[in-house]
Order: sequence, then structure tokens, then C-alpha cells
Amino acid sequence: MEKLMDEYADKLPKKILTDIQEYIEKKGAINQTKLRKILDNTVTEYQNAKIQPGESVGILSAESIGEPGTQMTLNTFHFAGVAEMNVTLGLPRIIEILDGRKNLQTPAMEIHLKQSYSKGKDIKKFALSLKETKLSDIALEFSISLVDSEIDVKLDKERMKSLDLTNSQVISSITKQLKGFNVKDNKDSILLKSRSKEESLNDIYKAKEKIKGIHIKGIKDINQVLPVKRDDEYIIMTSGSNLSEVLQLEGVDAFRTTTNNIFEIQEVFGIEAARQAIIDEVYKVIENQGFNVDIRHIMLVADTMCVSGILKGITRYGVVSEKASALARASFETPIKHIINAALIGEVDNLNSVVENVMLNQAVPIGTGVPDLIMKPKK
Amino acid sequence: MAEKKEKVKETKEEKTEAKEPVKTKEKTGKEAEDAGKSKISGTNSVGKVETKVEEKTEEKAKEEIKEAETKAEENKEEATTEEKTTEEKTEEKAEDAKAEGKTKEKNWERIEQETHVYKRVKSIVFSVLSSKVIKDMASAKIVTPELYDKEGYPVDGGLMDIRLGVIDPGLRCKTCGSKLKECIGHFGYIEFARPIIHVKFVAIILSLLKSTCRDCGRILIPKNKISKYNEILDAVEKEKGLEGRRDKIKEIIASLKTINKCPHCKARQKKITLDKPTTFIEDDKRVSPIEIRARLEKIPDEDTFLFGLVTPYIRPEWTVLTLLPIPPVTMRPSITLESGERSEDDLTHKLGDIVRINQRLFENINAGAPEIIVEDLWDLLQYHVTTYFDNAIAQLPPARHRSGQPLKTLTERIKSKEGRIRHNLAGKRTNFCARTVISPDPMLELNEVGVPDVIATKLTVPEKVNTWNIEYLKKFIEKGPKKYPGANYIIRPDGKKKKITDETKEASLEEIQPGYTVERHLMDGDLAVFNRQPSLHRMSMMCHRIRVLPGKTLRLNPAVCHPYNADFDGDEMNLHIPQTEEARAEAEILMEVQTQLISLRYGLSIIGCVQDAISGNYLLTKDMILNRNDAIDLLASIGIDEFSKLPRKEKIDGKEVFSVLIPEDFNFTGKTKQDEEVAIKNGKLVEGYMDRSNLGEGSGLLLRNIHKKYGKHFTIDILGKIFRLGIEVLLRNGFTCAVSDTDLPENAGLKVMETLNNAKKEVGNLIERYKDNKLETFPGKNLEETLELRILEVLNKARNDTGEIVANFADKNSHTMIMAQSGARGNLLNLAQMAACVGQQAMRGKRIEKGFESRTLSAFKKNDLSSEARGFISEKFKTGLTPTEFFFGAMTGRDSLMDTALRTPKSGYLYRRLANAMQDLKIEYDGTVRDASNKIIQFDYGEDGIDVSKSEKGFINVKRIVKSVG
Repeated sequence: MEKLMDEYADKLPKKILTDIQEYIEKKGAINQTKLRKILDNTVTEYQNAKIQPGESVGILSAESIGEPGTQMTLNTFHFAGVAEMNVTLGLPRIIEILDGRKNLQTPAMEIHLKQSYSKGKDIKKFALSLKETKLSDIALEFSISLVDSEIDVKLDKERMKSLDLTNSQVISSITKQLKGFNVKDNKDSILLKSRSKEESLNDIYKAKEKIKGIHIKGIKDINQVLPVKRDDEYIIMTSGSNLSEVLQLEGVDAFRTTTNNIFEIQEVFGIEAARQAIIDEVYKVIENQGFNVDIRHIMLVADTMCVSGILKGITRYGVVSEKASALARASFETPIKHIINAALIGEVDNLNSVVENVMLNQAVPIGTGVPDLIMKPKK
Repeated sequence: MAEKKEKVKETKEEKTEAKEPVKTKEKTGKEAEDAGKSKISGTNSVGKVETKVEEKTEEKAKEEIKEAETKAEENKEEATTEEKTTEEKTEEKAEDAKAEGKTKEKNWERIEQETHVYKRVKSIVFSVLSSKVIKDMASAKIVTPELYDKEGYPVDGGLMDIRLGVIDPGLRCKTCGSKLKECIGHFGYIEFARPIIHVKFVAIILSLLKSTCRDCGRILIPKNKISKYNEILDAVEKEKGLEGRRDKIKEIIASLKTINKCPHCKARQKKITLDKPTTFIEDDKRVSPIEIRARLEKIPDEDTFLFGLVTPYIRPEWTVLTLLPIPPVTMRPSITLESGERSEDDLTHKLGDIVRINQRLFENINAGAPEIIVEDLWDLLQYHVTTYFDNAIAQLPPARHRSGQPLKTLTERIKSKEGRIRHNLAGKRTNFCARTVISPDPMLELNEVGVPDVIATKLTVPEKVNTWNIEYLKKFIEKGPKKYPGANYIIRPDGKKKKITDETKEASLEEIQPGYTVERHLMDGDLAVFNRQPSLHRMSMMCHRIRVLPGKTLRLNPAVCHPYNADFDGDEMNLHIPQTEEARAEAEILMEVQTQLISLRYGLSIIGCVQDAISGNYLLTKDMILNRNDAIDLLASIGIDEFSKLPRKEKIDGKEVFSVLIPEDFNFTGKTKQDEEVAIKNGKLVEGYMDRSNLGEGSGLLLRNIHKKYGKHFTIDILGKIFRLGIEVLLRNGFTCAVSDTDLPENAGLKVMETLNNAKKEVGNLIERYKDNKLETFPGKNLEETLELRILEVLNKARNDTGEIVANFADKNSHTMIMAQSGARGNLLNLAQMAACVGQQAMRGKRIEKGFESRTLSAFKKNDLSSEARGFISEKFKTGLTPTEFFFGAMTGRDSLMDTALRTPKSGYLYRRLANAMQDLKIEYDGTVRDASNKIIQFDYGEDGIDVSKSEKGFINVKRIVKSVG
């Protein structure tokens, strides 16, 4: 049986072969001739179902995503009950992904843990250790003494205790991140004094605002954490995302941990992972809205965004700017800029794509426009 | 433009088949009244391989040239577009030969055949116009701002000079000698008294000036380092484009800034800044355009190359204008008002200003006027030229009409949705189309469209006359244009169109002979493309066969509403009649309704039974028993005349009636909507009943299986029959919904009340506990959020419970219930809202909280968190809502209206971007997906090369194959 299957390995996609195998195994033994017949029939069906050369798959995919897009809801904040984080969904999320935006409306991560950590023991503590603590989180008050040009930060001792923080830790993070200030420990508070003499009040005021954001503990950008039980293990959902740092943590299962920020995925794992992330994220949203869109269409969109090796959004700065044809670019947005730039370098438009030929009233090189007639003239 | 074939009147000699390179120089654009017709007339110099085609184009209107033009126009020194074209294929008309043969036999008068030469533009080159090109392509020099003389005749050397083309009937163009509509117009030029900077090139001028020596013109990079930096620049350009390259040069030079001296000639460099929009300042002193032009002239070609400027297409000094091309009158026609007054185009106004100021400047310079006056005039000229190109420059006040409305100059003509590119070039208009209100007609086949006779006598199909059909076509001519199957025009072989009227009928009958074309009225069976906007799908435009019907609306089968997303509340749709054999063939083979049965989006049928057809079949197959006579009557009414499949007994089960439609060798198992088994064995429905999940669109599994096994033509036929069967069943039995459908037995009503009261009480308890701070918070939430969540949970449960009560107690045989159960329309929730409780009104996933301070409506106390104060509607629709409840309902209703209104443009833009980015992806013969420049996007489409519209929900159904083998 294995052998027979191998024989067809070139003729059928792997997925179909494993499907057949699984299904047959469930049904029990089957003889060679029957199996061969099944495989042959499958090959015929597969060949019949193959897409035809010339098919304008790009437009098909655009239609398949654009059409349900008109029916999606706009303000969807997910609200599936108790134990979920708020995540952008629906049309805004799709736009966000396809734009290739770097700053998401709601960045979020799903942190999976290694076996020994995922059983729920100390899960809360672990989760809290991820959460970013800023100086403003542990301070009761920031005050400026005008006379000495000093900033006085009153600390919330209780808070610090629950977070396992000592004054010296706090001071060391401040000195690391803020240059030009002397930091003095005053037990219940911390005093900051500028080293340069002529610090104006304005500068001090600015410095005060700046130190509020000083990172003390946890992982940067992780604003909220929520341990959740999924199946029989605990995972941590976060709002805010910082993939590269989370992955370095002890106990985090790097194979399954993920974020919804595709740019981070590209940076950490590379373009192929980013492509997969686009597919997964878009599919998730469309499915969640109750639409049925074949994954091939999403794949094609993801591939167009990723072919160049860098993630490009579907915007005039991204994918569209990559087009070879000046006319195609001009017909999208900012036509004048494109035409002028084309003239400066003497660009040649070879009229290979669709819009240019529409403009010139010529047959479009797609679908039935692909084949040409070759004729030998009579001598 | 409508035809892509450009007709070239040919001189007699036969062309050699070889490809001849044709150099086209764009001449002129003509604003097109007649949008889009550009003709190319070619003169063929005998024997020479080079053909010069002079093209006149209507500039604004579409055209390749336009391109050039556009460019041209807007860059003053414009872009010349040269097109290298193109093979010309002479099409020898088959008819030609045929006609000839015939002539001998029948002795018909031979009329010269219209000959067509097919040309194809192969490529377009963009470049900037040099002064020389401007002069060469101009046919007149414009020297006076006057337009017409006293007699209203265009002034020589004025802006409406007839050497620039004609827009008045009766006049002939002095350049080409042709009349209105034949002449596309010709460019002219004016000479500036002083050079003028072209706004669109200001950025380039600035970076050129900054980066080159003010003395020797060389780039400020030492010789030995140039090649090294060039590599860097090439890399940058690849990534960021031309502008990136220019910025990078500046950066490089800044990094070398230690050199305040030119590395080539050691001249000291000064700092140049730009005072927007067009003034350059060096060390607080203004640099005049003359000086700028002089400096730009000094830059050697090798150095411009570093900036990404390619020399034969542009020289830096061309960005400072000494000549300005005047676009042909045909692209800026004037309108004659009713009063006989002429109203000129915006461009003409603007050009008038330019010419006037320019003449004044000349006069002043010649008269030796003081420098200040000259400078002022020069600035004014600069302003006019700038706004001529772009009237929306931030630092300049836009030039206005006397009425105060800004002029629409070149940039505005091209830009944006209503601009030339998107409006006229990428979007086309058609003839032979119709539009009216649509209405349903289930008695039509799915692939038919009912066309009112009014339309059928206006739209025509051209039919070529030959010896076999001449008698047939004469019958149409005899009827004339007014009686129904008649004809409107005959077209002679040389292309002349003749209208058929009652008077000319006889003459036309005499005249017609093979080679003629008759435009006859639409008839049953003709092909038509049917469309409803927004065309989001390829299924929004499908090919139907025409059925000419009385009435005034277009008729379609309700089953095809879904792909068009049409309903009959006043929707209108468009009909197009393909006019050529190729178009008809493509429409029939690629676009006909049956070819679109399976959605390309998800691989299931998109056309299925809807509404009454589903409830009808549901009733029939569920448990209806008919008399044999009734059954035969029913089947006969849907067009079945073969009853041998009907069992020979007096009482016939509905399932057996339904089975008559199904082919004998068909087997199927599936599930109903209620998850019960459905089985068809050997063409007999043996178990279960039909409902939405088997007949409907989107899910229609039964239909998908039939399609797979018997193909599209059979499917569309059987679908039409099933559809009509459902409707006939309802016609015979009656089907309606009534208020009484929502009646509940008394105990059920009490139960509902009890459920709602309990929920209310529970919410009260929660609020109590919240106030006492006894509520346990959920992880990650605060107290208020927890309370909201708990309340929502309770209220939702209450509503669901009432729904269940309704489901259990409502009359299962009420028609409302039948519709819900069969999936024809509505669902249990709708019924529950009518019969028991409407439920929580939610905005943005939360209970309503906006309105007044600390409360939603002034009818409630402040900080009232109870269910009724936050949008829970415990009434039912049948009895009606209380005023506050009604108001909450209106709030969510308004919210969803806003959502729709805001969503449409957003998703439309997303769609446009997607389509634009991916429009040129196609499957190559090797199975890869590539874009227009042959870059591979995917090696195998969707990783397995399966066409979704040929798959079953995106897969090959392995299970079915295994089963079929046994």
C-alpha cells in the first residue's frame, strides 16, 4: 500500500494522499486493485479541478476578499464573555493587516508555556512578572522643588512590595535610562537632581514627564496579562506585544507562542513566518465574521505582500509602488507624481498588465487575451 | 476610442507582412466632445519600412497619447511620448473573398469593402519635452490673447487659431484640412519673454542646484568617489525609488560638506534654499530663472545620470521653460450659450492670461522699462504658468473665475476619481445597453432575462447578410423599426449606416445584398449581459438569454437574485447586448449563468432555491400526501410530461413527487438543517426532507453533488424545476403568515413572564452585591466590568430561555414556524422577538450607557444600573414596546445605520486597493502565478493548483471517490 501511494506522490498533492490514506485506514483493509482504482479516479478528478492557464487569479482573490468586506461589521470589539482580551476584529482588522501597519490598534500575544510551567502552578505570578511596570505605576507623586531644581518621586511602598521591588533596583533602572541626573535614595522617595547647573524649569518639567515612562520591571509594551485555561493547560494572553523578549524567557514555549503583530513576526522569524501569520490572521477574522472564503485567496494576497522579501502593505507605498508599469501606478493614486518620475528617467511602459491596455482599448493579456494566433502568410 | 482597431485608410499597395516599426509622435490632444474617438491616420511611404503615423488624440479623453499628452501638458517641457509600435496586421476580411466569388455569380453591384488594419501599441516611452520638440510639433505660434475678431472668426495667432484644430462646424483646420470631428487638433506654442520655472520640477531643480557646482556644473563629489557612491545610489533607488535616490545624493553631499569648495574647480559654494513654491534663494539673494537655467545647462550628462535623469529623455535645463506648448483647441472647446455668447474653457482662460502677461512683458522689456516693473510682470507670469499646471498649490492662492470658483487646470483635469485617468481612461461607456427596474418572474428559466418589448425594439443585434439568410433578414427590414421583430439600421460594406424608416424601407430592401449588415431587433434566445451595481463579483455580470415580454420592467428568476444581490424594492439593473461574434462567444462560454453556479469564493453553489421555493419543497417532501391527479397536475405545471417515475397508486407521497425530478442513478446522503438524515437512493428520496441546507445557496450540498455528477446544464435545468415545484406547491395550498402565528398558550406566556421576572430579580441581586462590594471580580477586570459582564450573561440567558419556550410551545405548523424551520426566511429568534421578548439592545458590545449624565434617559434615576434602564427590552413586538424601550431600539437601529454608512467607503477602498495590486496576476502555462513583469508570486496556485470553483468547498472529495469505488 505504501508503495502504491509513493507511486502517486508526483501526481497528487500530499494533502490529498494523506486524506485518502486516513480515510482508508478508518474503513479497514482494502485490496491493491481497488486502491489503484481509487487513486486513479482521484488523479482524474484532481486534473479536472486544476486551474486553467490564463485565469486571472489576482482579481478572483480580490473579489473574494473585497465582496464579503462590504458586509463585515465595523466596530467590532470582541466581547466573547469573561475571559477574553479585547481584540480588533472585522473590517478594521483586515485593513490593518493588509495595510502592513506597524502599530496595531490592539497588539496582543498568546504565550504558551513549557510543560512544567503550564499546569497552573504559580501561573498568576509568572503572568504578572511579564507585565511591564513603569515608574509611574509605583509612584504616588511626582513633585518638583523649584528652589533646588529637584524632582521628588514618592514611591508606593505597598505596590513595590507586591512587585518585589527595592529602592536600589528602581534607582539603578533610572540611572540606566536617564542620563544627566543624580539620583538619591530617600527611603520613601527618590530625589533626582540635574547635574548640569543651568537646567531651566522647562527642562525639568520635561524630565519629570519623561521619567514617568521609565521601565522598571517586566517586559516592555506588555500592558495587561491574563492567564487562561485552554484545554488542559494554562496559557497567558496579553495585550501589548513584544515577541523577541518574551521568547527569551525561561519557561516560554517558543514553538507555540505567537503575536498578532505581523511585523514582529517578520523580524523574529522571517518572511515565511510572516506570510503564514497573515494567512492565519486574515482567515481568523473572516471566519469569525461568519464568512466562507477559501484559503487559497488569502494565500495569494499574503504572497503578493511578501514576494519582495520584505513585508509590503497593499498601499501606494507598498505593493503598488513595485509595479513595473508607470501607467498602472498612475491609475491607482497620485498619477501626476508617477508620470513625472517616469518622464525623468525615460521609462518605457511595455503594456504588459491590465489597466494600461484598458486605457488604450486593447485586449487585456489575461484569460482569453493570453493566447495569440500564429499564422504563416502565403508566399 | 471605442474600437481598439484603429482604422487606417490604406493606400493601395499591399504591405509587407513584416513588422514595421512605426514611430508615432504625439501631436495633439483634443478635448473630446466625442469622447474617445481618436483616429490615427497613417501615411504610408511606399517601400520604406518606416511608417509615420500622426496621431491626434483627444487629449483629455483617453488615449495613449493622452498619456504623453498629459505629461506633456503638465510638464511644460513636456513629455514626448514616443510609441514604438507595433505590428500592423491587415485583416483580410473573409467576406471579401466570399463576396467576390458571389459577385461573379449573381452580378451584384460591388461596393468597396471597408478595410481594417489592426494596430497594437506595444510600448509607451515617457520623456520630457525639449524646446526643440515643442517647436517642432507646433503648428502655430501664439502671439495674441485675443480669441475672435468682430465677425466671431478665430484670430490668426490667437488661442483659438484654426491651425490648432477646429471646434466650429463648417470650418476646416488649416493644418490638416479636415473638418470638425475629423481633425484631432494640433499643438501651438508661445515663447516666453523670460524663462519660467515649471512647478512640477521644482524639487528636482533644487536638488540639482544643491548638489552641483555653481561654477562648473559638476556634481560635488570628488571624481574618484563617484563610482562608489553610484552603487550605493542604485541600491537606494531599488528600495525607495527615485525620490529616495535624490535624497540620498543630498545626504552624501552633506556628509562631504567639509568641502565648501567644488572638488573639480575649487569654486566656493553657497547655500541655496527654496522659497516655496518657485523662488530660489542663494545667500539671501534671489536667483533668477535665467541664472538657474544657465547653471542647469552646465551640468554634464554623466552627472545628471547620477540623479537618475536619463539624458535623451530629459536635460536639466528643460525644467525651466522658454517655450510653452499650447494645447489644441479640441481639448478646450468653448461652449456657445443660448444667448449666443461664447463661454471659454478654463484652460483657454488661463492661457489667455499667460499670453497677455507675456506680451506685456515683451513690450516692457523692449521699451526698456525699469527693472522693478519687469520683475513684477515676470513674477506674475510665473504665477499664471504655475497655476496653469496646478491650481492647488498650497502656497499660492488658486486662480479663480469671476464667480469665485477656482479654475480647473491641467493637474485637476488628470487627478482623482473624476479626472481623466480614472474617469475616462480606466472607465468606459458603452452603447447597446438598457436599464430599468427589475421584477421577479419564477416562470423564466434561471438563465433567461425578460426584456420589455420597448427595449427589444431599441436594442439591436447586427447580422451579416449572406446568400443563405438574405430572405430571412429581409423580413425584418420589411417590418421596419416600429413593429416588433423588425430592424433599425442597415450598414453598407463600406461602413455607412442607414436608418430604416417607413419611407426608406423599400429602398433598403432593394439595396441589401451579401456583405451588408442588418441591425435587427432583439429576439428570444439572443445573448445579453446582465449586471447590477455594485459589481463586486464576477457573478454581478452574467450572460442571460433574452425573452421578449410585455411590460416595462426587466424580469429575472428570483433564484439568481443572490449572486446579483438584488431585490425588487425598486432595484434597477443594466443589460448589454454583445455586438460581435467574439463577444457573444465569450459571453456564452464564460459568463452564462450556468457557468457561474459554483462560487469562486468557497466552492459551493451560489445559486439555489430561495424563500417560497424552499418552504414549498419543505412542505411537499415533509409529509404531504397528494391524489394522483393532483400530483400529475403539479408536475405538469412545472413542465414535466414523463410520469413513469410516479408510483402507480392513488395516494402519492410528496417525496415521490419530488423524486420524479431526480435522475435514477443519483445517490446522496446529507443532513437537514435540523440535523436529520436525508438520503436519496437511486433517484428516490427515501428519507428526510428538503430544506435550505440541501437546496439553498451557499450550503446547497445536494445541488453541488448534482453539479459534480451531471454538469452545469443539467443542474440549472433541475434547479429551475425544483424552484417552480416549490412555488406551485404553495400556490396550490396557500401560504401566509399571520399575527396568530405568534400566539402562545397561556402557560407558556406565564413561563416567559416568570423567566423575565427572575432575570430582573437576579440583576437586582447582582447590583446589590456590587454596591456592597461583595461581588467577586473576574481576573483582569475591575468591579464595574465584572458587574456588566454578569448582568449581560443573566439577561442573555433569560432571552435565550424565552426563545426556547417559544420554540417549545409555538404551533409547529404555523407558517412562520415552517419558514424558520425550512430556512426559507427568518429564524427562531425573530419569532421569539415577536412572541416573547425582544431582548437586550447592545451598542459596541455593551449595554446602552450613553445619554444623560449618569443615566441613559431622563425617565430613570441617576446611576440606575437595572436592566430596563440600560436597554433591556422585555416586551415583545406583538404587544408593542414601552416608550423607553422603543427609544433604546431606535438607538441601536441608528447605530447600525451609521455602521453601514461608514463601512461602505472603507471596504470599497480596501477592495480597490486589492484589485489594483493584484489585477495582473495570472496563471501561466507552467502553473505558476506571475505578475505582469513575470515575477513569480506562487509556484503552484494555492499550493496545489486547484481551482476553487471546481473544487468542493476547496477540497477534492476523497470520501466520495472511495465510496464510488466501493
